[in-house]
Amino acid sequence: MDFELSDEQTMLRDTVREVLTRKYDVETLRKVTDTELGWDKGVWKSLADIGILGLTFPEDDGGMGAGPVEFTSVMTEIGRALAPEPYLDAVLVPGSLVAATADHDTRAELLGGLASGELLMAFAHLEAGDRWPGAKVATTATDGKLTGTKVLVGHGDCADKLVVSARTDDGVGLFLVDANADGVTRTPYRTHDRRRGAQIEFADAAAVRLGSGDAAQVIADAEVGIQTALCAEAVGAMERALDLTVEYLKTRKQFGVTLSHFQTLTQRAADMYTQLELARSMSLYATTALSDGICDPTIASRAKLQICRSGRAIGQEAVQMHGGIGMTAEYPVGHYLSRLTAISHTLGDAADHVSVLARTVGDHEMVMVG
Amino acid sequence: MQLKFSPEEEAFRDELRAIFAKVPEEIRRRSEAGQMNFPEDLVTTTRVLNEHGVAVPGWPKEWGGRDWTPIQSHIYREEMSLMHVPEPLAFNASMIGPVIAQFASQEMKERFLPKTANLDIWWCQGFSEPEAGSDLASLKTRAVRDGDHYIVNGQKTWTTLGQFADWIFCLVRTDPEVKKQAGISMLLFPMDTPGVELRPIQLIDGGFEVNEVFFNDVRVPVENLVGKENEGWTQAKFLLGNERSGIARIGYTKTKLAKAKELAREITTASGGTLLEDPLFAARLAELENDLLALEMTQLRVAASSADGKPNPASSLLKLRGSQLQQDAMELLADIAGADSLPVAGLDASADNGTAEIAAPEWAQLSVPTYLNYRKVSIYGGSSEVQRQIIDKAVLGL
Repeated sequence: MDFELSDEQTMLRDTVREVLTRKYDVETLRKVTDTELGWDKGVWKSLADIGILGLTFPEDDGGMGAGPVEFTSVMTEIGRALAPEPYLDAVLVPGSLVAATADHDTRAELLGGLASGELLMAFAHLEAGDRWPGAKVATTATDGKLTGTKVLVGHGDCADKLVVSARTDDGVGLFLVDANADGVTRTPYRTHDRRRGAQIEFADAAAVRLGSGDAAQVIADAEVGIQTALCAEAVGAMERALDLTVEYLKTRKQFGVTLSHFQTLTQRAADMYTQLELARSMSLYATTALSDGICDPTIASRAKLQICRSGRAIGQEAVQMHGGIGMTAEYPVGHYLSRLTAISHTLGDAADHVSVLARTVGDHEMVMVG
Repeated sequence: MQLKFSPEEEAFRDELRAIFAKVPEEIRRRSEAGQMNFPEDLVTTTRVLNEHGVAVPGWPKEWGGRDWTPIQSHIYREEMSLMHVPEPLAFNASMIGPVIAQFASQEMKERFLPKTANLDIWWCQGFSEPEAGSDLASLKTRAVRDGDHYIVNGQKTWTTLGQFADWIFCLVRTDPEVKKQAGISMLLFPMDTPGVELRPIQLIDGGFEVNEVFFNDVRVPVENLVGKENEGWTQAKFLLGNERSGIARIGYTKTKLAKAKELAREITTASGGTLLEDPLFAARLAELENDLLALEMTQLRVAASSADGKPNPASSLLKLRGSQLQQDAMELLADIAGADSLPVAGLDASADNGTAEIAAPEWAQLSVPTYLNYRKVSIYGGSSEVQRQIIDKAVLGL
């Protein structure tokens, strides 16, 4: 067992941290997330230049062949900085779907484009009324044309190309669609955590199938990767939310003393730390399992459940312990609460995951690690 | 990074299983049911473990320690729990043994360590006093030098299993004039020394496991001082640091959740299904399993990163959370028993819990006494509030 980063991985983490913390304080973050795009192309270029965007793609496809330990390290830094750049939505997720399904030439073209930062993609999957873990995929593919509506497409507003799930004669297929093609209508939106997305309607939109046969397993595997990435991002966000809170307790004075003199606050700060470490442990559990070659939705659910619980507790307490200043958009802590809330609502919240785990609780005597 | 145990670690686990299987099965069964015979079951167990060199693995090598990695120690504790082997007496194995090995003279080591490892001496702990609980350093029990002896007067309390103890390791005040931490020493003396009086304290579960101990002009030879005079606080801190390792008792809680599952599978609810099939029950159990997994992963992280064997401030987290989960598991078992948990014994006031001769099963009769008893775990060994303060100071800098 080993839960430490290697020297190389530490260097990668430090580099990403450098790029993101140099860019983002809360003021810059608000300015950038108030633009139409909602993120910064300069930062994107930096990430491409230092090889982050192509990090996880196979070396044959122009990537660096890195794995879960590396991409979760990047996600944790994104979480810490609250960086709005769509690394997960626009690169990691569509990239993994393309890598799993596309032929060699398509892979080379798309993954090369993603790695360089010149191409943006998105995964269009969820439809109206879908609630995790269900995804009805009512969008249909007939003779190379897609018809249907995908409601929650993260960063679908800025994507050049889309990977779209659609029903076919032989199960669910994945299709490549040009986001600007005829028959594709996008309605962009902003999220409460200042991110971007789009509802995308397909009306006989031209599409090319990626791979063949039922893609349900590919999608399920991708979801394990997404959960693992989100867990790692949440850990970064929780870490900063706690740091900010501890710093505030040490400096803010009331009744002539710093807040750190009040045990009613410090005892709760210790509970926040406990919640953070439990979350970090479960994030590492998901990461190391995936890195050991175990792609298991149950492990992802286990990690996500803890992340959701810790995220709520830490996010809410961080705002509460800051008092009024924590409620303001000028101060960063509230943005962390918002982001943690968004993560908990992506691919199942705590109750959803408890529900999944409860259904199989009788199938094992006890949970074993390793 | 790697999640899997190495093949060497798996082989190590198998070796331990083979040793633990030599502990008589009836003892392990009684341990599982919470019905151990004291002191003999623990003495027998310790001697089996000691014979195979695994009674005191955490001690220095020359006194029977094994120089295991923290991961190996984790596997040891885990497997011991899963096989329902009673844990070695903490007062011997994790408290006074390491203190003697670290601080005492060669002569004292030779005199005590082999017998301590083999449970030939049963130790009890003389730390807490009525006015010194979480604030241990304010203890008042006084030891005054009189020639070759100390004369000890005062009172200790919460002395666990003192009724079986042969010897006590006792913190006493040897210098009342200095800062409270600086005037404390540790003395060792037999419980049958004249002037030592033990009074049992009944706990809310009806059982007797803790005691008050009174000292009235107890004469203790000077050679029974551990290390140097007024070095006691350093020794106590060293001891308490050891006390907290392994205190999360994850393997033990795991067996309790497995038991809960087994019982819930046998209980029919009003809706006709089993309790295990009840969605609310299943959700509660599933969440607890996950909470325990998160703690286990945390313990493994601490173990994997503390190869130097130094106490890690995260051990406070393990104690804090481990206590909560032990309590949650006991609460779950009591709730599974439901109304069957109300009867506990026959009418004889001295009858043991679990002996009412009615249709309510023994495990159900024991469930609430155990639940009540386990409220102690968030109080002893540094209460949950103290653990949070340690986290605040040592980790968060608050």
